[in-house]
Amino acid sequence: MAALNGINLDILMGELMMLVGPSGCGKTTLISVIAGILDQDQGRCLVFGEDLLNMASRNKLDFRARNIGFVFQTYNLLPSLNATENVSIPLIINGMKRAEAERKARSILEQVGLGARNAALPSELSGGQQQRIAIARALVHSPRLIVCDEPTSALDHETGHTVMTLLKEVALHKDRALVIVTHDARIFNFADRIAEMDDGHVVKVRGSLQHTTH
Amino acid sequence: MNHIALKMLTGDKGKYLGIVLGLTFASLIMTQQPAIFLGLMTRTFSFISDLGLPDIWVMDQKVQFVDDIKPLQDTELYRVRGISGVEWAMPLYKGLLKARLADGTFQTCNVVGLDDATLIGGPPIMVEGKIEDLRRSDGVIVDSEGIKNKLAKPSPTPGGKPIPLKVGDSLELNDRRAIVVGIAKVTRTFQSQPVIYTTYSRAKTYAPRERKLLSFVLVKAKQNENHRELARRIRERTGLAAYTRDEFKALTYQYFINNTGIPINFGISVALGFIVGAAIAGQTFYNFTLENLRQFGVLKAMGTGNWTLLRMILLQAVLVGSIGYGLGVGLTALFGFAMRNTILAFKFPWQLLVFSGAGVSLICVFAALISIRKVILLEPAIVFKG
Repeated sequence: MAALNGINLDILMGELMMLVGPSGCGKTTLISVIAGILDQDQGRCLVFGEDLLNMASRNKLDFRARNIGFVFQTYNLLPSLNATENVSIPLIINGMKRAEAERKARSILEQVGLGARNAALPSELSGGQQQRIAIARALVHSPRLIVCDEPTSALDHETGHTVMTLLKEVALHKDRALVIVTHDARIFNFADRIAEMDDGHVVKVRGSLQHTTH
Repeated sequence: MNHIALKMLTGDKGKYLGIVLGLTFASLIMTQQPAIFLGLMTRTFSFISDLGLPDIWVMDQKVQFVDDIKPLQDTELYRVRGISGVEWAMPLYKGLLKARLADGTFQTCNVVGLDDATLIGGPPIMVEGKIEDLRRSDGVIVDSEGIKNKLAKPSPTPGGKPIPLKVGDSLELNDRRAIVVGIAKVTRTFQSQPVIYTTYSRAKTYAPRERKLLSFVLVKAKQNENHRELARRIRERTGLAAYTRDEFKALTYQYFINNTGIPINFGISVALGFIVGAAIAGQTFYNFTLENLRQFGVLKAMGTGNWTLLRMILLQAVLVGSIGYGLGVGLTALFGFAMRNTILAFKFPWQLLVFSGAGVSLICVFAALISIRKVILLEPAIVFKG
């Protein structure tokens, strides 16, 4: 049985697109394909005009490192690295020197309101703070696409609201798209468009195209 | 990415210590047990090592090791002296004789009889007295361990510490009086029997009456003479066995290797240590990588290539391997140092460091390889699984 079937979806720069639907409907599979960490068996997925399926694996790694930022449900911070070190990882992967990367990481931590906790380990931070660090990590290398998997489902309503506000204010940009997979109906109002999925299909797209398609 | 790899490794102190301790244990077992084995085997030829002057040992053809005495006729000494290339040749008596102690008990001793004129073959280090004191009437020199233990006089009080023999004390060898005129430090022998030095002629009076009493002929080669070649000439001309010092050591060593269970027993110990150490360290390191698989997945999703991840894992393996190895050989050296004045045999040559280093490297490479396989096959999409 195909996890995704007959998907036809454009995501726009400057847009916050939410993928919603019941568990097992293919939301996570779809963002995995979009983010270039899973290859589809058939069909084409163009990200900024590039067909990732036909890209050499080395180029695909470089493409991901430069263009994609990730925010996960369980944050996926490296537990033995402090906030600054965690945030600096994408820059180091992209070849930046450690000292410069950490300087930039501290600056982005200021933006997400965690400048004072830049030396804290993930275990010393609350769930909301950890997700803000994850957002800082997704933003630090200025990617053109940020994919978020259930970014608020491990947080209480108020913290989830704060995290979404931060994502919308800091992460969303005219040269950047955000794709968020979520079950959390409380944050639907942050979306520019919502694609409802079921059984591997996009059954409905709410909202309207307002930007240039990429 | 190296600092990230190191932080991942050392972040969980418990697991980090677990891996290091596993490798320390493996390295300790791989060095300590062979060091004892080598120490023990070195004692088999310690008598040869202690006699630094002779280049060649001449003996009966049937001699299999240094304590396997098959006496020669005294005339063999003159035949050897007549061979070209021989600077000098001296007689040496070596035999196991029973010494009667002050309390009437008997103790088997290794009695060495040295050439009366030159005293060649004497103890390497004199602790008390001089080797020339052997020329005094009934004089013997006793080894420093023997006087404290097996030849010591019983304590006057029951249960008290035995009183060491001292210069001036006497004992009986084959019903003949022997007076201690000196104390020498000798390398402990395999059988750990006390060593008593005396002159060749006096040794013959202590020994039971036999037709032949010459144990070895000690030969010094002339300057620039090839020792192997000279030994070959001696063999050809006399029909006796003649070995260079190293050849005789090897003969003795090989005898014990072939005819005792020591190598097998120690070999089993070392093999078990290696297997247990490899299992502990390999399993802990593998589990460590498995537990960090999600973190590797995150790095992979963010664009880290397999080669970089491989380098990170190898760095982690090399670090824990180096620390574990260092601690293991350090503990072995400490053990050897602590035991230096005891009966325990211990020898820690550089070859053993290389051997254990190779062993620990093998464990680390093996552990890293099975871990790397997991990481290389890892689908980065696991990062989206809750």
